[in-house]
Amino acid sequence: MSWPVANVWLIPAIPIAISLVILSLAKSRRQSAAGLAIIGQVVALALSIAGFLETLQTPSFRAVQNFTWFTFGETALRIGWVLDPLAAAMLVMIALVGLCIFIFSIGYMADDKNFTRFFAYLSFFSGAMLGVVIANSLLLLFVFWELVGLASYLLIGFWIERPRAAAAAKKAFITTRIGDMGFFLGMLWLYHSSGTLLFYDDGNGCLESVGLAMLGASATFIALLIFCGAIGKSGQFPLHVWLPDAMEGPTPVSALIHAATMVAAGVFLVARVYPLFSLGTINGVTSSSLTVVVWIGVTTALMAALIAIAQADIKRILAYSTVSQLGLMMVSLGVGGVAAGIMHLLAHGFFKALLFLGAGSVIHGCHHEQDIRKMGGLRRLMPVTFLTYAVGMMALSGVPLFFSGGWTKEEILHATAHWPKSHVPYYLVLAGVILTALYMTRQVIYVFFGSPRAASAHARESPRVMTTPLIALALCAIFFSVVLTPGWPWLHGYLTGEPAQFDIKRSIQPMLFVSLVLVAAGIGLGVLVYGRAGMPDRRRPAEVDPFEYAQPALFHFLENKMWIDELYGRTVIAFSWMSARLSDWMDRYFWDGLVRAFGRLGQLFGIFTTNVDELGINAGVDETMTGTRGLGRVMSSWHSGQIQTYLGVIAIGMLALLLLYAWLV
Amino acid sequence: MTVTLQIFLIVSAALFCIGLLAALSRRHAIFILIGIEMMLAAANLNFIAFWRFSPEPHQPTGVMVAIFSIAIAAAEAAVGLALVIAVYRHYRTTNVDQFDQLKG
Amino acid sequence: MAGLITALFLVPLLGALFVGVVPKNYARGIALGCNAITAIVALTAWRSFDPGAAGLQMIERHVWIPAIGAEYLVGVDGLSLLLVLLTSLVIPFAFFAQRMERGATALMLVMQSALYGTFTSQNFVLWFLFYEMSLVPAFLLIKIWGGENRDRAATKFFLYTFLGSVAMLLAFLGIYFVRGTFDFAALAALGKNGLLTGKFVWLAFAGIFLGLAVKVPLFPFHTWLPDAYENAPTGVSMVLTGVLSKMGVYGFVRLLLPLFPNEIKILSPWLLGLAVCSIVFASLAAWAQSDLKRMVAYLSVNHLGYCMLGLFAVSASPIVAARIDTHAALSGVFMQIFNHGVTAAALFYYVGLLEQRRGLRGINDFGGLMQRTPLLCGWMSVAMFSSLGLPGLNGFIGEFLIFKGSFAITASFTAVAVIGLLVTAIVFMRAMQALFSGPLVESCSAFPDLLRSEKLVVVPVTLLMFAIGIAPQFIFNVFNTTVVQMARLFA
Repeated sequence: MSWPVANVWLIPAIPIAISLVILSLAKSRRQSAAGLAIIGQVVALALSIAGFLETLQTPSFRAVQNFTWFTFGETALRIGWVLDPLAAAMLVMIALVGLCIFIFSIGYMADDKNFTRFFAYLSFFSGAMLGVVIANSLLLLFVFWELVGLASYLLIGFWIERPRAAAAAKKAFITTRIGDMGFFLGMLWLYHSSGTLLFYDDGNGCLESVGLAMLGASATFIALLIFCGAIGKSGQFPLHVWLPDAMEGPTPVSALIHAATMVAAGVFLVARVYPLFSLGTINGVTSSSLTVVVWIGVTTALMAALIAIAQADIKRILAYSTVSQLGLMMVSLGVGGVAAGIMHLLAHGFFKALLFLGAGSVIHGCHHEQDIRKMGGLRRLMPVTFLTYAVGMMALSGVPLFFSGGWTKEEILHATAHWPKSHVPYYLVLAGVILTALYMTRQVIYVFFGSPRAASAHARESPRVMTTPLIALALCAIFFSVVLTPGWPWLHGYLTGEPAQFDIKRSIQPMLFVSLVLVAAGIGLGVLVYGRAGMPDRRRPAEVDPFEYAQPALFHFLENKMWIDELYGRTVIAFSWMSARLSDWMDRYFWDGLVRAFGRLGQLFGIFTTNVDELGINAGVDETMTGTRGLGRVMSSWHSGQIQTYLGVIAIGMLALLLLYAWLV
Repeated sequence: MTVTLQIFLIVSAALFCIGLLAALSRRHAIFILIGIEMMLAAANLNFIAFWRFSPEPHQPTGVMVAIFSIAIAAAEAAVGLALVIAVYRHYRTTNVDQFDQLKG
Repeated sequence: MAGLITALFLVPLLGALFVGVVPKNYARGIALGCNAITAIVALTAWRSFDPGAAGLQMIERHVWIPAIGAEYLVGVDGLSLLLVLLTSLVIPFAFFAQRMERGATALMLVMQSALYGTFTSQNFVLWFLFYEMSLVPAFLLIKIWGGENRDRAATKFFLYTFLGSVAMLLAFLGIYFVRGTFDFAALAALGKNGLLTGKFVWLAFAGIFLGLAVKVPLFPFHTWLPDAYENAPTGVSMVLTGVLSKMGVYGFVRLLLPLFPNEIKILSPWLLGLAVCSIVFASLAAWAQSDLKRMVAYLSVNHLGYCMLGLFAVSASPIVAARIDTHAALSGVFMQIFNHGVTAAALFYYVGLLEQRRGLRGINDFGGLMQRTPLLCGWMSVAMFSSLGLPGLNGFIGEFLIFKGSFAITASFTAVAVIGLLVTAIVFMRAMQALFSGPLVESCSAFPDLLRSEKLVVVPVTLLMFAIGIAPQFIFNVFNTTVVQMARLFA
């Protein structure tokens, strides 16, 4: 085992260690903070590439290092690291995208007073995500998974003095934790059934034949429970609500969350434990767990694309597009196109980071205005941003040939079309493709075309430190398409472990043209509808969206995110809060009331015995005492001290005795 | 007239009554003391009388007891007088009505 | 080393006497000195403890009152040692948290002595003596130095726990009259084949169960706890939650489970239900609290509920559970005992710091603290995340193992209990949002950040949380053999 493979743990460890170092730095040491974070990321990237090169040596390369974390009772709990093509490809993508975002942040966060803390969190975020990728144990993966959640919480709520940011961070943490609890249960179940949480362990791991054979029918439930975690982290319906709110964080954070780290984790998780999901697949009939994955994915993809059309915040549009694309990846995984899904994840990592950083550049230029209806005409004012953004938009919309997103979208469509169970997902995905092209066209037209409006009038191109990462990511998005062409299906083969075969039939087929037409239709429709959106129409005021003008009710429904947040607020959240209040009330009044009643019983008994004491026993004694004292008082009054009286009494007494004696005798 | 026991007893009773009357009615402490001495003398008289008229008047038992009694009476009178003097020194009076410090 | 354990509880006791005699200013110094000595003694015990040997170690046995079967018998196994270490950790932590008056210092030392005694005695009479001895100082500390409703809270605490103790004492007297021994080991050996017969066994079980359930506390016998913890002074709250509540759990492990294995098995669905209620209702109630101390108190009930879940699961399995599950649940419970002791004490400590600065401790009395006191917020967050079970910190290890073990035995109860984990997260998220975020509130704008002396306390405790979270083996080594031995008992 070569050095980079044997020390693969350094890849997450270095950024995390560096983040701790940065946290201990003084607030004023901004340059060393940024420098350290970037050095950490560069080292991680270098190690990732070294590991990646190792995985190229042999097909189906897999290096596993397991070790004991701790021993409880007589059992050793083992965890480990794994480096395989899936992990290696993800490592490179995460480290590379992360590096671009780190560099961009130097410019974007230049004025922030908590600059050092920001880089510490970023580094921690990146390290945690790198850890998720190379974990060879579901437990270790869960550990890093939760750390990713923590990092996202810290970063979304980075501007903690803003109540909305804090609320969004809280929402993100809690929403993903709902999914994580499912994941947690799934993990327990898996541990119980297979006896190990290691993925690969010389044939005994839970993803290998021996472990899988022990699972039996429970595999479906385990897979679905684990998928709950993926739903939470990857913002799938119905737990997608946190993702758009996460836009409250600084833009580089959004880029990191949406491109490289957080949301990718869910898709990666499903890909990592794919053997669990596909355990029920026999003769091409998809297992029930994968069917669920497909339908969740389709719902998410279409719903988010629809909502994106009616949003006005530049980052929210991108956020919903992420949700939609993640849905697409889930569909791909569900229908069996694991390689396609991961390829799309990688490609998406590049172009979504590009788009978010581009949006960050726009926001920076427009003095932190995020409403696209107040922008416009930035094409000439911010040319570099425009060009790179256009690349990202093409890639996301799925324009083929030169843009990475196009090829991977083809792959996904290809896989979905051949899903034996149903064709509905395929048509819904096609609809999603049109919508994606449409909302991206809308956004680009609003932001870059037309004449400058309120916020963009004084915009200027961003500094070099911000544009350079944009250019780098744009180049990545373009060059990545080279390895994605069906003409050279190397990456596909690398990920699946099967030898790559060039198949001319795969690349030239009617479907390619269908999607080409759809993308063209989407963009064309966008130009048609929104071409003059910013300008006043004969009947329509300039600030009203053409779609809103045509269909106000539908537009508002979508603009308000289908009222899902409100629905949750009125049902789930209200119910939980009610039960919390009820628990408190029960505690205060019912249970404590019982205790008090019990105490009161004791008190009553006490009062009873007191009365018996007071009125019965005590009173008798008291009477006796009073009588005795009265008698004493009388007799003491006889005691006059007059000796002669005493003598007289003695005499009378003696006389009386004599008389008594006489009477008796 | 033969001397009988009754005469002695009547004299003795009269003596006792006079003594008692003196002890009860006089206010001067010394008179009270004298009264008491008289009652004691009555008792002694009784002793001698009962001895003299007893079946064995030759044994001097009655005389002995009377002598003892007289001796004790003398001692008692000495103590009583001493007390009276002490009381007089304290209260500057011998009127017993003023002495009520013995009451509880 | 002979006499080590006797020294352990004699040192604080002598310290308490000493504190009463010397001038006021020396009280704190003497208390800390005593704790330094007990810490050294405890660490020596840890060093000379053989982690591989089963059974009691460092036994000291003397005749005491043979007529009633009372023996002076002390010794430690893994669990006892763990709790001794915890006590030696939490009590100095509590002393650092607060400057106490002389009387309070002396009472704290008495309580410490009682705790050491409770965790090491192996004969019921001796054990019960110490068990009750801890009650009186706690009562007085709340009653004299407590908060607003101290009289009520102290009376409730005392009566409640005392009633439980009386029930337990009666049950044990009954057992003694039938079986003629008070020795824990002997009783446990008898318990395997049924300690008593007929209806009497249920009476005895109920008595002991009541005594311990009140102490832990287990739902629905927990209502004394929020009042007591809320009104006790910070340092006392730390000891109450950190160590005193562990006496109940310890009693369950040491007494109830070995003595009544069959009875527990029969009642297991009910007992598990109570544990799950503890977990779910307490966490929900914590959510609805506006007083920070009360909130942490309810979370204490919740966290001890996990311990109870693990214990009842272990003893409840209708079929013989796989050894790994029993081991996991028991190890998890022991781990949780220690972790909760550290973390909950730390949480009370932080609440105490906030209260010192603000004079109030309502969740809405603060706001925007992150801008004013970033260090306090940062370190406090670590304790909060530890409490909500974030991996990498100590809380996760115990909870994972408890859930691992109990899921394998009773999946349904465990699945419901997971709600507790979720709600705990909500509780802390709510607290963090209210305390740390948003604009800085006027009344908090003059807060000092962590002082130097406070940092010296906070840093080691936090490092311990990280150490257990990342490399917990050194704690497992303490009780692994004991776990294996106990698991054999339940098999």
